[in-house]
Amino acid sequence: MSPTPQRLQITAANPDPALLDLPWQVPLEDWPAETLAALPRGISRHIVRFVRLSGRVIAVKEIGETVAYREYELLRQLDRIDVPSVVPVGVITGRRDPDGEPLEAVLITEHLQFSLPYRALFSQSLRPDTATRLIDALAVLLVRLHLAGFYWGDVSLSNTLFRRDAETFAAYLVDAETGDLHDTLTTGQREYDLEVARVNIIGELMDLQAGEFLEEDVDAVAIGNALAERYRELWRALTETESFGYGERWRVQARIDRLNDLGFDVGELDITTDVGGTTVQIQPKVVDAGHHSRRLMRLTGLDVQENQARRLLNDLDEYRAATDRQREDEAFVAHDWLTEVFEPAVRAVPRDLRHKLEPAQVFHELLDHRWYLSQQQGRDVPMPEVVKSYVKNILPTRPDEDAILGVQSGDIRDTDMFPQVEDDQLLG
Amino acid sequence: MATVTFDKATRVYPGTERPAVDSLDLHIEDGEFLVLVGPSGCGKSTSLRMLAGLEDVNAGRILIGDRDVTDVQPKDRDIAMVFQNYALYPHMTVADNMGFALKIAGTPKAEIRQRVEEAAKILDLSQYLDRKPKALSGGQRQRVAMGRAIVRQPQVFLMDEPLSNLDAKLRVQTRTQIASLQRRLGVTTVYVTHDQTEALTMGDRIAVLKDGLLQQVGTPRDMYDTPANVFVAGFIGSPAMNIATVPVLEGAAQLGRARVSLPRDVLAKFTEADRNHITLGFRPEALEVVPQGTPDAIPVIVNIVEELGSDAFLYASLTNEFGGAEAVHSGAGDAQIIVRIDPRGVPAKGETVWVRIREGQQHLFHAGTGERITV
Repeated sequence: MSPTPQRLQITAANPDPALLDLPWQVPLEDWPAETLAALPRGISRHIVRFVRLSGRVIAVKEIGETVAYREYELLRQLDRIDVPSVVPVGVITGRRDPDGEPLEAVLITEHLQFSLPYRALFSQSLRPDTATRLIDALAVLLVRLHLAGFYWGDVSLSNTLFRRDAETFAAYLVDAETGDLHDTLTTGQREYDLEVARVNIIGELMDLQAGEFLEEDVDAVAIGNALAERYRELWRALTETESFGYGERWRVQARIDRLNDLGFDVGELDITTDVGGTTVQIQPKVVDAGHHSRRLMRLTGLDVQENQARRLLNDLDEYRAATDRQREDEAFVAHDWLTEVFEPAVRAVPRDLRHKLEPAQVFHELLDHRWYLSQQQGRDVPMPEVVKSYVKNILPTRPDEDAILGVQSGDIRDTDMFPQVEDDQLLG
Repeated sequence: MATVTFDKATRVYPGTERPAVDSLDLHIEDGEFLVLVGPSGCGKSTSLRMLAGLEDVNAGRILIGDRDVTDVQPKDRDIAMVFQNYALYPHMTVADNMGFALKIAGTPKAEIRQRVEEAAKILDLSQYLDRKPKALSGGQRQRVAMGRAIVRQPQVFLMDEPLSNLDAKLRVQTRTQIASLQRRLGVTTVYVTHDQTEALTMGDRIAVLKDGLLQQVGTPRDMYDTPANVFVAGFIGSPAMNIATVPVLEGAAQLGRARVSLPRDVLAKFTEADRNHITLGFRPEALEVVPQGTPDAIPVIVNIVEELGSDAFLYASLTNEFGGAEAVHSGAGDAQIIVRIDPRGVPAKGETVWVRIREGQQHLFHAGTGERITV
């Protein structure tokens, strides 16, 4: 009898025909090195490989068929409701090897450009505030997921990727295998996610300590607990009901301003008064992250992270003041700032250095560098000079962060094979 | 260790009218392995998550031992959710991988070591405690992950489709491992699956749910031999039971051309809702091939024979002279029945054979309600 031939079933929103050229009849474990964008490291729960495809990098994970479809759907939904997560490309089933033996289904996701796995960020000389910034980013992600009704089920640093966001980080969900999307979450679901997160983070840090990648005296338990605290603070700020006297109605605007400061827009605010009308109660019902990035997008069309946007908007404000155009329409000024300041600065980065950092992150570092040079020289150093100095002295020392590959959720791997980003490079 | 009690526990999701779990009454004994099983959307996972504290209980109560945990946070319930989803830490020894949660909780070192050693013994991991996970096989790694839950010594283990991610072969292996491990540990365990074979092979008792309602709870044998209603009858067993709803004439069920005599006291139990019909169930192995002309024999036309070596299954249609062939359904779909036959001497496709339900091996249900008619 001739072996059952392979009959691929590809489910994808925007199928790339190049997908068909990949060696699906070969178990992922045995894919030839020339197909891979990075060599596999260590052993993991699922087999995952990074592959170059039509000028981008995709992650291919072998996983059971039903689970693959489920995760694909979940990631699509998360993408649709604008939660920071990896973007699913598709699911492929019906794989068979040349002998007709069935092979596992695969889930394909896009590699998140310029993303950093936590193992690349923790190094021997971890500064306390690097840990804090990662934990902050994860807390923001968890709050956003929970606001959207997503129960994660397996929150951990290794199920998260980080992207630089000005002096902070933005966290992205990588693995939705254990997740569930609900209308709203119960307190029990949120608390359970938090507890899982706490225990996993502490475990991951203890593991880095066991491998001597993190100093013994770093308090892993305290860092894990900090996540829970940070999460609760933010959750309260975003959802708590606030009561005040009728005369203090300015507090409505104050609450909105406070939420904006935290990077959230208020989509819907419930305002109720008691029967006599003496006290007012307000509670945000719908809050959307990305207050600053949305504003920057509207003004300039730039799509960047929240804190990068905050930084760029500040520079835009400075530009406006310096050019004395406060009374002009903001959109016109923004356009000029984009073409006169932002674009020339980022374009001045030579092509071979563009894999180092994202443009918005480069601009953020340029602003830091300008401050540093100006202070050193006791004058306002103009941007073109700043750019020249930065490109010559700073940027070449940065590692390429465009595609730090090889880490997937649930990995148990050797960290020593992993590229490390030195801590002093984290601070820009 | 403890009992678990669902006391009229109800979960209604916001914005829906029909409860996802409707007044669930279920008592699980100390040390028991109970499997919640049912088709997707039946409420089995919701029930488990209510016990875990992940779903609110809108009415009723949940008790672990004598303690009402209805409003207790998940981490304070003294339960452990066991995933097959394991992430082991590469730089930690097996012992540290198993014990780190205790370390976080501030358990004294000596006690951690003792609990880890006990768990390792049960899991056959004693000689690996000082190794790194890299040096273990896949199965051993999975046991380390189990060990993590075991050292916490929870009152109850909860498992939600833990095998769904594994390929068929590993699934069967792990199924046996989990079941035997649970028996050795004696920890009360609630296990959710949609797979009735998994339920039958693993559970001390099985609870079948459908549309948020508990259909029946009992030992695998109970469920197989005396299903409480048509749903359980069709759900438990593989290949599934043949089930037909047919009219009753002169004390006999009219199955196509065949007549199947019914006991007199069954007829006495008919209600108006039954409209003089009966639902007749018979498992593939409850049928025997008999010579033409045997009383109560049912003629069927052979569609296909599936030979499995030790057994053979006949997929056949009822002859349809008087209509009624459509009334039957089975694991093979509508209008077909499945018959287990002797693998030596299989009939040819298209042939007509006569089969009869063995004495006492039929299941009778009210056509109106689907409930079992007990005689």
